[in-house]
Amino acid sequence: MEHEITLIVNGTAMRATVPARRLLSDCLRHDLGLTGTHVGCEHGVCGCCTVLLDGEPVRSCLTFAVTVDGHEITTVEGLAPEGGLSPVQRAFAECHGLQCGFCTPGFLCTVTAFLRDNPTPTDEEVLEGISGNLCRCTGYQNIVKAVHRAAELRAEEA
Amino acid sequence: MKPPAFDYHAPGDLGEALRILAEVRGKVLAGGQSLIPMLNMRLVAPGHLVDINRLTSLATIDSTGAGVRVGALVRHSAAERSAAHPLLTRALKLVAHPVIRNRGTVVGSLVHADPAAELPAVLAVLGGSVRLARWDGGAETTRDVDAGEFFVGPMESAVQPDELAVSAYFPALGPRTGATFEEVARRHGDYALAGVCAVVTLDEDGGIAAARLACIGVGPTPVVMDVSEPAAVREAAVDRVRPDGDIHATAAYRRHLVGVLAERALRNAVREAEARGA
Repeated sequence: MEHEITLIVNGTAMRATVPARRLLSDCLRHDLGLTGTHVGCEHGVCGCCTVLLDGEPVRSCLTFAVTVDGHEITTVEGLAPEGGLSPVQRAFAECHGLQCGFCTPGFLCTVTAFLRDNPTPTDEEVLEGISGNLCRCTGYQNIVKAVHRAAELRAEEA
Repeated sequence: MKPPAFDYHAPGDLGEALRILAEVRGKVLAGGQSLIPMLNMRLVAPGHLVDINRLTSLATIDSTGAGVRVGALVRHSAAERSAAHPLLTRALKLVAHPVIRNRGTVVGSLVHADPAAELPAVLAVLGGSVRLARWDGGAETTRDVDAGEFFVGPMESAVQPDELAVSAYFPALGPRTGATFEEVARRHGDYALAGVCAVVTLDEDGGIAAARLACIGVGPTPVVMDVSEPAAVREAAVDRVRPDGDIHATAAYRRHLVGVLAERALRNAVREAEARGA
């Protein structure tokens, strides 16, 4: 049986007709054409599919699209205005916080919410904050650096 | 890695949820952080899924001097932020990762009853209970099940197919009482190889009046033990548990770990009790 749902994705109401078993990650990518959200492990380990649900980071591969009918979703495409980069995105670029980029959308969503809640984190808090996101090529050193740099950029722009 | 098809039910209130469960006896979906991976890996294939995410009346934490009642839709992160119970707060920091905790629920972790999960041990060591509701023909009825009877086996709780776990009750720590949770995991956020949760009450002179442990990852359900001789806690824990070996650790290593962790947990719980004072 198909379900009619409306998701507010990056500020725009989007409708989709999906079976109940459609994962939010697949709904975003296949039904709504937003392929910025990446799908890695599909069992909640890698963190690549992390999006913001009503502002809080969640695994879109461990959420059914029908469950979040009517809710607000922010994907990597919605972190910055068209053509621009958010402070977190700029910091990742500056600090070489990405190489192949597969894990990056998940890191960017996680870190965006993390710095909103904790604008001046310690090293230990950064490690805890990104502990649910795996990177297999860049290495975490530059990602940790990027999180601290993003905190600086946010503070400068506030 | 896609879930099998199922019939989806999204009740808008508790009564509707119970009536649907009575009729279809489906699987309940709350946070989904254990259920959806199992669906994705096709380890389970329920015919009906009853999604309780619209039952916002179950998203409440009621805290009194006697204890804390956590509703079925309270996410791990909300329970952690509320800091309503020191042992629950401590244990929640060990549950997976922050992003998983934004979605997973406290009651869901209890019902899932993974033998290596932290929250069942917290409920067990405190002697808490879980409230189950069902639709009995014409009315809603509830029963409270004590932790001792709630955890039946690995991934098996006392919840019947037509029942919904609506809340869990965690008794407060008494005066001169401290609690802690110690575990060893391969990676931060993984299920523990072994873990020990301890609650200690001191007497007026600072000696141990009562001490209780719950051990995880070393039996089908949390292994609860009262510590009569604190000096011999390591031996007592090692003797008591019957762990299995698997790809992550041998049975002998788990047994060794539980002894070390029991000693450490007891020591740290005493410190906590001293710090909390009367």
